[in-house]
Formats: sequence, structure tokens, C-alpha cells
Amino acid sequence: MTDAAAEEQVPTSRTAPPERLSWDSGMRRFVVLWLPLVCFVFILLFPFYWMTVTAFKPDAELYDFQTHNPFWISSPTLAHIHKLLFETAYPSWLLTTMGVAVGATFLSLFASTLAAYAIQRLRFTGSQYVGLAIYLAYLVPPSILFIPLATIIVQLGLFDSPLALILVYPTFLVPFCTWLLIGYFKSIPFELEECALIDGATRLQILRQITLPLAVPGLISAGIFSFTLSWNEFIYALAFIQSSENKTVPVAILTELITGDVYQWGALMAGALLGSLPVAIFYSFFVDYYVSSLTGAVKE
Amino acid sequence: MSATAAETWRRRAAEQNWLVRLFDNKAFLIVMCLLPAVGLLTVFLTYPLGLGVWLAFTDTTIGQRGVFVGLENFEFLFSDPIFWNAVFFSVFYTGVATIGKFALGLWLALLLNNHLPFKSFLRAIILLPWIVPTVLSAIAFWWIYDPQFSIISWVLIELGLRETNVDFINTAWPARWSLIWANIWRGIPFVAISLLAGLQTISPSLYEAAMLDGATAWQRFRYVTFPMLLPILAIVMTFSIIFTFTDFQLVYAITRGGPVNSTHLLATLAFQRGIPGGQLGEGAAIAVSMVPFLVFATLFSYFALARRKWQQGETND
Repeated sequence: MTDAAAEEQVPTSRTAPPERLSWDSGMRRFVVLWLPLVCFVFILLFPFYWMTVTAFKPDAELYDFQTHNPFWISSPTLAHIHKLLFETAYPSWLLTTMGVAVGATFLSLFASTLAAYAIQRLRFTGSQYVGLAIYLAYLVPPSILFIPLATIIVQLGLFDSPLALILVYPTFLVPFCTWLLIGYFKSIPFELEECALIDGATRLQILRQITLPLAVPGLISAGIFSFTLSWNEFIYALAFIQSSENKTVPVAILTELITGDVYQWGALMAGALLGSLPVAIFYSFFVDYYVSSLTGAVKE
Repeated sequence: MSATAAETWRRRAAEQNWLVRLFDNKAFLIVMCLLPAVGLLTVFLTYPLGLGVWLAFTDTTIGQRGVFVGLENFEFLFSDPIFWNAVFFSVFYTGVATIGKFALGLWLALLLNNHLPFKSFLRAIILLPWIVPTVLSAIAFWWIYDPQFSIISWVLIELGLRETNVDFINTAWPARWSLIWANIWRGIPFVAISLLAGLQTISPSLYEAAMLDGATAWQRFRYVTFPMLLPILAIVMTFSIIFTFTDFQLVYAITRGGPVNSTHLLATLAFQRGIPGGQLGEGAAIAVSMVPFLVFATLFSYFALARRKWQQGETND
């Protein structure tokens, strides 16, 4: 009796998986997987497509949806790009942004490499707590800090100077980079350093000649991440910079290109496109580093 | 033999100058290594944090040192309907956007976890909204939400679904939903890619075991994927809540708090009162009033999710 029941159950449970597998192919896979995926990609990329199309459209097409299909450009023009490059201070905004991003990145990399090395390798009493404090610093958002920071910047005489941004950006870059690098140093075998110690190397020699060369991928991840974050930073740059030529690209496009009540959408979109391109190109070269640093920082 | 070896070794150590020896002193080295990072963070993060709390209790304006006024700023704010509106919208914005981001992001992560051709290319494309400066993509959204030339309105009218243009940002509630959607759009990639990393660490043998036990697709998600994902979910959600609640760029770029102050977040209100308005004390008070919400949200998301993970682990053992 029990055997019969068991035999009855076995065939049903055996037939179930193949049935599911056959369902998995063809139509079902299309509806469950490809259709939503295509929708996601379309929605995530559409604003960029729209940005690009608008940047190359002549004004006549831009504001006339009746005679021209808005999704396509009948007669592409470089007028908006030309206006942006030669009639505004765009090149100098680009230079300022680049300088600030590079400066802030190097400063943060320097500070966080040393800090991560001290916390992870020169273990000392309370090193965990220092690490935790640096991690907590990452949870303090810029929106809370910008008002008191503005008063400090004014007191230091750095108001309206890109140097202020280089000094302030590490507040959100150092915690991130330190955590990324702590994780990276952890993956480097400690034995290598012990060998060097036995051979009579000093701690600084070990850091420079053994640990850092091995940590290059981690340093690249932290570096490109810091570069992108500094390029994209907005609130500090908006609050601390006043004169037009010292503005960074995101701030300048929002504050300098919008004049009066009629928005120059073509020029605005051209500005947004050109402001995004450097990071997008940079990103396309280092995609894997981005993904690894993003996921690495979350896992730590 | 060993004595002479030790002696030569000691002599070599002595030959090195005092600077090198100083840098080989562990305590000194630790201090030197931590100094740049800790110094920067103390001067530009810890000190401003304290200064911000102090400013909130003064009547400082731009160009004038304030005096201590006690709770006056807060009393003024608590009787200000614009402030309460900003509190409401900040909470609403964070709540709805977080739910949207995590639902869609988790879905996208589950889709990407399948075997797909061009997987790394897809992943690269999907991260794009997160890489591009938020303000610049916000300007693109502003143009998409344009009252006259919105592409969405045009498509809906062409399809015959609507007669008139959609009102995206000119009245309070549509503006709020438009901002929330822009925030969800920007947040999906980060959530999806982080959760995808979490999904890839789940061992396939767990799914095989569940399949053998006859678990349905939903049961496999509910009892295998979800509990295994909880730790990473807790961290990503904590970050997401903090940075959504204190969001500034999207709202400032698209609506600047309008129409009629209905879409002010606490951060944009603090900026408006503090920097262009010049009332640094009041702005600081608004910024400081974000702190309790942040602490609460962090503790809630972290402990609520972490505790459930722990319980799950215990029952599994």
C-alpha cells in the first residue's frame, strides 16, 4: 500500500521538472525575460537619446512637432554645440572641472591609501574603531554640511576658488576610497610583507615597493570612482563658487545657460551632452573597475 | 657566529639616518599615515558638523556673526507651513522612491542574473544613468517634462490616449510624482548592479536542492534568494535612504522647489533659506532637523533587515 503510494508520487514529481524546462524555452522566455529587459534598457537610455537628438536639432524642428517627427532629425546641425563652445565659457568650465576632479582624486587617494594601510596592515589598538569612524563619515550627506562649510570656506579666504572644492571633496571621497582599499589590502597576502621585513626592509619601503604595486587595480578603481564623483558633485560647487569662469560644468550649465524665461533647449541639451561625455568615455574604458569598486564597496 | 651576525645587523641599522629610523617606528608611522585622512575629515567634516549644530541655535546671516538665540530658529520653523510641507515631501519622496527603486532594481537584477548574450555590455549600458552627472540627466528630464514640448505628451496625443498636453511639473502633485520618477530612474542602476553582485554569490546548489524538494519559482525566490540577499539589501537600502532623503540635485534642477514651494525637500529648502536667502542660522536649523530622520532611517533599515537575516540563519541551522 505504502509502496503503491510512493510509486504514484514518483512519476508526478519526475514529470514536473521537464515540463517546467520545456515551458522555459521559446515564448515564455521571451515574455518573462527579453520583453522586460528591453523595456528597462529603453527607459534607462531614453533620456540620453533624447538629449542627443535635441542637441543636434535646429530650432525650427525643435519646436515644431507637427511637421517633423520629434524622434528623428531631418537636418542635423552643429549650431548648438558651436554656440556652447564659442559663445559661452564652456571650455573654461571644462578645465576647472577637470582640475578640481584630478586634484581632489589625488588628494583623496594619497590620504586614503595611507589610512587604509595603517588600519589594515599596521594593526594597532583601536584600528577597527578608526575604520568604523571613517565608514560613518561616509554616511554624513553633503546636504547637512554645506552651510557650515560655506562659513568655514569664507573664513579661510577660499570662497569662489576651485581650491576650496579640492579640499572639500575628499570629505566624501576619503571614506569611500579608504574602505575600498582596506578591502583590497586584505586580499594581498601578509606573508609577502613578512618576507620583506625579514630581509630588512623598512615599513615605508614595504608600502612603496611591495604593497602598492600589488594594489594597483584597487587604486585604479578608487581613482576613477573618485574622479567620477568629483565630476558629478553639485551642491558644494553651487554654494562655494560665484564667478562664472570658476564654475564646474554641472553648476554652470544649470546657472549660466538658463537666461530669462525662454530656455534655449538646444544649447542646454548640448551642454548636458558635452558635460556627460567625458565621464561616459572615461567610464567606457574602465567599466569593469567601476563594477568591481561599486560591488566591492557594498560588500565590505 | 650568531652574535657577529646580530652585530653586523645592528651596525647596519645604526648606519641608517635618524629620519629612516623615525619612519620605522610603528607608533610614529601610524600617526603619520592616519594624519592626512583624519585631518581632512576632522577639519572639513566633523568640525562643520558641530558648527552646523551651533549655527542652528544662532541668528547668523551672511556677513554677520550671529548670537545665541536658543530654540528661536526651530520655533519659527515649526510654525512655518513651508517647512512642514518640506518634511512631508522629503519623507514621501524617500518612501515612494525607495520602494520603486528596490522593486524595479531587484527585478532588473534577477533578469540580469540569467544567462544572456552580451551580459557585460548590458551591464555597462545599464549603469550609465548612474555615471552621468545627476544634474545633467535632470536637465534632460526637465526637457522631457516640458509643458509645451514634452515628448511623452506628444506620444500620448499621437496614440490618441490624451487630448491635451500632460501637466508634469506645473502643479503640486504631478510635479511630485515626476520628481519621484526621475529619482527612481536614477537609482535603479545602482540597486540593480549591487544586488546582482549579491545574487551571483548565492551558490547554485541551494537552488538545485530547492528544485529537488519541488519548490516553485516563487518559493525559490522567497526562501532562497531573498534571505541570502538580505545582508547586502540592508546595506544598499541604508545608503539609498540616506542619499534619497538628503537629495538636492534633482529637485533643484527640475523644479527648484516650485510650484509654490510644494516640491521643496529639506535640503533644497535649507539651501534656499541659507545661501541665496542669507539666513545661515535658519538654513542650518533646517539641515540639522534632517539628522533625526537619518538616524532613525539608518537604524530601522539596518537593524530591521539585519535582525531578520539573523533569525533566518538561526532557523536554517
